[in-house]
Amino acid sequence: MQDVAIVSFVQSDCVRYAGAQNEVELIMPVVQAALKEAGLSSVQDVDFTCSGSCDYQQGAAFAFVAGVDALGAVPPIKESHVEMDAAWALYESWLKIQMGQAESALIYGFGKSSPGELSNVLSLQLDPYYLAPLGVDTISLAAMQARSLLEAGEVSEADLAEVVVNSRANAKNNPHAQLSGDFTVDQLLAEPEMVSPLRKHDCCPISDGAAAMVICTVEKAKAMGKPYAVIKGIDHRIETHHVTLRDLSRSPSVEIAAEKAGVHDAPVDVAEIYAPFSHQEIIVKRALGLDDSVVINPSGGVLAGHLFMASGLSRVGEVAKRIIAGEYKRGVAHATSGPCLQQNMILVLESM
Amino acid sequence: MAELAAVVGIGQTKYQTKRIDVSIAGLVREAAMNALNDAGLVWDDIDAVILGKAPDMFEGVVMPELYLTDALGCNGKPMIRVHTAGSVGGSTAIVAASHVQSGVFKRVLTVTFEKQSESNAMWALSNPQPFSPHLNAGAGGYFAPIIREYIRRSNAPYDAGIKVAVKDRLHALKNPLAHLQLKDISMEMVEASPMLWDPLRFLESCPSSDGACAMVIAHEDLVDESPGKPAWIQGAAMRSEPTMYAGREQVSPHAGRDCAKDVYAQAGITDPRKDFDCAEVYVPFSWYEPMWLENLGFAEPGKGWELTMSGATSLDEGGDIPWNCSGGVLSSNAIGASGMIRFAEAARQVRGSAEDHQVEGAKKALGHAYGGGAQFYAMWVVGSEKH
Repeated sequence: MQDVAIVSFVQSDCVRYAGAQNEVELIMPVVQAALKEAGLSSVQDVDFTCSGSCDYQQGAAFAFVAGVDALGAVPPIKESHVEMDAAWALYESWLKIQMGQAESALIYGFGKSSPGELSNVLSLQLDPYYLAPLGVDTISLAAMQARSLLEAGEVSEADLAEVVVNSRANAKNNPHAQLSGDFTVDQLLAEPEMVSPLRKHDCCPISDGAAAMVICTVEKAKAMGKPYAVIKGIDHRIETHHVTLRDLSRSPSVEIAAEKAGVHDAPVDVAEIYAPFSHQEIIVKRALGLDDSVVINPSGGVLAGHLFMASGLSRVGEVAKRIIAGEYKRGVAHATSGPCLQQNMILVLESM
Repeated sequence: MAELAAVVGIGQTKYQTKRIDVSIAGLVREAAMNALNDAGLVWDDIDAVILGKAPDMFEGVVMPELYLTDALGCNGKPMIRVHTAGSVGGSTAIVAASHVQSGVFKRVLTVTFEKQSESNAMWALSNPQPFSPHLNAGAGGYFAPIIREYIRRSNAPYDAGIKVAVKDRLHALKNPLAHLQLKDISMEMVEASPMLWDPLRFLESCPSSDGACAMVIAHEDLVDESPGKPAWIQGAAMRSEPTMYAGREQVSPHAGRDCAKDVYAQAGITDPRKDFDCAEVYVPFSWYEPMWLENLGFAEPGKGWELTMSGATSLDEGGDIPWNCSGGVLSSNAIGASGMIRFAEAARQVRGSAEDHQVEGAKKALGHAYGGGAQFYAMWVVGSEKH
């Protein structure tokens, strides 16, 4: 597979409530900024555009149709959409570049979660005949997973709190973060449980916003004279939907994707893990086989701000940004979808 | 440079109003198993699954790929979910093809479905968008004024739509999978059916169907491992434009013309009416046949209805360019699958496996899908030969 360059990445601030801003108003600023950062003047300058979003956040069919209004798609453009996190829109775009049908692509993801109750909306992801009628929300399922991890005996509640402490501390350097600050493990453990064993801070905040990225062939990136990060490997895998059939304390889909993406081929400096719940960062980190020398979630991760449908793309962007800035040489980005980390994507990014 | 890929297996369900005998999982699995059987393959032969469907609200399941992975034998494999409105069936086939054409995968399964009986599509389509004026029209109400503008411009006779409605239902009688099997269909019967959205009558509109369509797409190297003839993918293209913009041409949208031009160039098509043996084109409302005949370059602007009225697009009348031999969307509309059914039926024709609705000796066929406010397009050209 040929290397693909990430030349720009922009995300909006993670805010709990974007007020009267609609999806188009959330998307336009990040798309314009990502194009500008790549030295492009409009969407007409890329060969392909792909986005990720979820109708149910908006509560109406065809949320992504309005997204096209944010682009300036006149004359018409080559465009597609996945009803998945925009990391999968990146994957579709990467395939287009691999097959030679595009040399460059714009990818964006957006979500305005504030109009609804996200954890209840997502309970409609469950098997509609056997699971959804039970009304189990995302947080309860995650709590069950956290419990299974704790009971496996290798992780304590203090380890979960440690994840949150690091996230909030790292987020102090992330101007887009919703939650940041200095906390101690003892302080966090003194908080009451929300859905046992999870405390409120173990759960990601809910945010409105959008993110956008421009990728292209390495040849094109060189011709543009822009610094870039290189996608060396990318793979995604899904597991059975039935949580009772899984060992929830492990993530075999991350293990396979990491192997296929080549995570273990060389040392890793940094990783951005899409873990909406603190214990999930531990599960993914272990499945990736990363030791404590690796910097995890320098942006604060999604515990500091969760742009549902764009957070996976943001993890890729956060790693790329730091590699482009010269802070790290080789990094891993992770995206997830579904209850209890059912589906996962892994990317390996390297410096140019 | 893209690798060569071909359709080596096709599976569909029977299309009907309600499939209460199966769950959503059962429905998609039925189509997938039919495709695997047609390809002479088993689940382990598949590297990835590409799923498509129209809005999640049609069944009330958010991101149903998560729930359907078990039914589609995808555990431990890559799964991707495409959604591009009504064109999604076509877009999903194109995304599936790109998995193989990129050289990343050798053989993939692609599945699209709609189980409309689980919910109500008219309701799901008519939910108000936040901060936008509420249209509350459904698809027929949205397209009727555009059709009236077509009639005004082209001076088409009032019964051109009726003719399409009859022609596609006669085709459906040759396709046992088609939802509508109207043995007594006639111009009089269509004309006498209730007017829903002037000029569209009840029988000039598509039904609401449950159903699924699946295909196995293989790399050139693996094509011989399947027993049937391959349908080679000679070109594939997508185009999008906004629903509204100043000066937008709504009768013959710019995106449709561009998409056709792109896919024809890839497949070496210079005169679509001559170069294609048949076409499966997304015609959910009768009048869209003459409109798309023009948009896709089969007829001069304003002349599409003449082709329709002459019988050129009819299999029964021995037309030179039969459109929608399967009965088309007018006879079966499992929305999320409808685009893929067009793509798969085009492939069936060039594989010589279209049974009673086969166009004799078909070598090149067009598959077409559109969606949204006639703003999203997906098309592919398939052939019995590689190029």
